[in-house]
Amino acid sequence: MKKKKGFGLLAKQEAAGWVFLAPASLLIFVMSFYPMVQAFINSLKTGSSANMKWAEPLTKNYLRMFKDKVFMTSMGNTFMYLIIQVPIMLILAILLAQLLNNKDLKFRGLFRTLIFLPCATALVSYALIFKTLFSNEGLINAFLKGIGIIQENVNWLGQSGTAKAVIIIALLWRWTGYNMVFFLAGLQNIEYSVYEAANIDGASGWKTFWNITVPLLRPVIVMTGIMSINGTLQLYDESVNLTNGGPSNTTITMSHYIYNNSLGQGVANFGYASALAMIVFVLVAVLAFINMKVGDTRD
Amino acid sequence: MTDGSKKHAVSHIQRKLIPAYIFLIIVSFISVFPLYWMFTAATNTSLEVAQGKIWFGTYLLENYKNLTAQQDLWQAMGNSFFYAIVQTVATLLVCSLAGFGFELYHDKGKDRLFGILLLAMMVPQVATLIPLFTMVSRLKLLNTVWAFIIPGIATPFMIMMFRQNSRNFPIDTMEASRIDGLSEIGIFFRMYFPMMKSTYAAAAVITFMNSWNAYMWPRTVMKGNSVQTMPMLIANMSNGYAVDYGMLMLGVLFCSLPTIIVFFVLQKQFAEGITGSVK
Repeated sequence: MKKKKGFGLLAKQEAAGWVFLAPASLLIFVMSFYPMVQAFINSLKTGSSANMKWAEPLTKNYLRMFKDKVFMTSMGNTFMYLIIQVPIMLILAILLAQLLNNKDLKFRGLFRTLIFLPCATALVSYALIFKTLFSNEGLINAFLKGIGIIQENVNWLGQSGTAKAVIIIALLWRWTGYNMVFFLAGLQNIEYSVYEAANIDGASGWKTFWNITVPLLRPVIVMTGIMSINGTLQLYDESVNLTNGGPSNTTITMSHYIYNNSLGQGVANFGYASALAMIVFVLVAVLAFINMKVGDTRD
Repeated sequence: MTDGSKKHAVSHIQRKLIPAYIFLIIVSFISVFPLYWMFTAATNTSLEVAQGKIWFGTYLLENYKNLTAQQDLWQAMGNSFFYAIVQTVATLLVCSLAGFGFELYHDKGKDRLFGILLLAMMVPQVATLIPLFTMVSRLKLLNTVWAFIIPGIATPFMIMMFRQNSRNFPIDTMEASRIDGLSEIGIFFRMYFPMMKSTYAAAAVITFMNSWNAYMWPRTVMKGNSVQTMPMLIANMSNGYAVDYGMLMLGVLFCSLPTIIVFFVLQKQFAEGITGSVK
C-alpha cells in the first residue's frame, strides 16, 4: 500500500517534469525543426507561395547556384568577413581581457564599461552611425581632409574595397567588447597562484600569456569562435543598412542575398532561396564541428 | 618595508603599465566616440554634421520637430517597448520552466531531448524565414505582437542558461517543500522563482535587448507604420535621397537610448546574461 503510494508520487513528479519542459520543447520543434525540414523540401521545388512544384530535376536549385555570380560573390564576401574579422576580434578581445585582469591596473571598471559600451547600441543604430560617419560628407572625410591626408572626399561606401573595410571596422567596433566579457569571465576562473608560480619561474609576460592563459582559455576561445562564425555566416543587418549590399552587390552577404530572393525586393523565389539557405546551414554546422575538433585535439 | 620603498614599488609597477594604459585609453576612445558623436549630431543641423562638427549644437528641438512630423516616432517607440516586454515575459516564463524541468527532474530521456533541442542553435534564421512567414500568415497573425514574439519565445540559449543556473537550486529545498505540501508547480513559483532572481534579471536584460534589436523577422511580419519597430523606422529614414543627418541621428539616438540605459543600470546582469550559459 505504502509502496504503491510512493510510486504514484514519483510518477506524478516525473510527469510534472515533462509538463514543465513541454511548452519550450514543442515551440522549438514547431518554430525551428519543422520549418527547417520545410525549407529543405522547398529547396527541391520551384515557384513561390501557393504554386510550388517539384523541381525538374530535383537538384535544379542546387545546380543553379553554382552559376549564380551574385551568390558566389555573397559567399566570398561572407568568408572574407569571417577570415579577416573574427581572428582580429578574438585576439583583440583576449588581449584586452588580459590587460583588464591585472589587479594593479587602475580604473579597471571604467575601462571595462567603456570598451563594453558598443554592445549597448542597437544593431541597426550602429550600422547607421557608421554609414553616416563614412558617408561622402561624413566626419571621416572631414577629419582626413582637415589633417591633409586626402584632398578630395573618398567615397568609402561607394567602392567595393573600402565598403568592405568599413563593414569589418564596424563589426570589430560592435563585437570586440562583447567577446572580451567572455574572456574576462574565463580569466577569473584561472587561479591567481598559477600566474604567481609562472612569475617565480621567471616567465615573461608574453610567455605566460601564450603558455598559460591561452591554453586555459581554450574552451572559451572555442565557444566565442563558434558564436562568431555562426554570427558572421548569418550577417544581415550590417549588409542591409550600411551598404545595402552595394555598390552593385559587391559587399552583399549570404543572408542578405537569400532574404532578397525570398521576401525582399524583386522576384520572390522560395525554392531557390531555400536551397541557398541550406548552404548556410551546412556551413554553420561544418565550421562549428571543425572548431570543436580543433579545440579538442590540441592537448 | 618602509613607506618610501612601498611607494617606490607601486610607482615602478605603474610605470611598467604605461603602455597598457595608453592602449586601453585609445581603445576606450574608439569605443565611445561614435556614440558621443551620435549624441552631438542629434543636436546639429544636417549641414553642421556634414561639416564635421563634433560639439553639441542648438538644433535638437528642431530635429525633434522634423522627426516627429515625418515619422510616427512615438508609435514606433511604443511598439518596440510593447513587443520587447511581451517577448521578455513570455520567454522567461517558458524557458525557465523548461530549465527547471530539465535540471531538477532530469533523467535519460530528458537529457537526450535537451541534446536534440540544442541543435536548434545551428538553424539559420534565413532558412526558417519563409516557412515561418507562411505559418504566421496562415494563422492570420501578421502585424500582431504574436507574430513578433512567437519564433523567439523558446531558444536553446535561454533554456540552457536556466538549466545551468538551476544547479544552484538545492534539491533539499524541493524535498522540504514537498513535505510541506507544495505542488510541483507551487515549488516553481514559490521557491524556485524567488531564489533564482539574479538569473531571471540576467535573462530579462538579454531577451529585452535582443528583442529590441531584432530586425530581419519584424520587417518580414510587421508591415505598416502602425506596427513598425524603432529599428525599422530608422532603417527606412536612411533610405531617402536627401538624408537629414541631424534628424537621422536623433532617430538613431531614440532607438539606442533604451538599450544604453538598460546597459548602464544593469551592466552586471547584462554581462552575466551573455556569458550566462557558459559556467
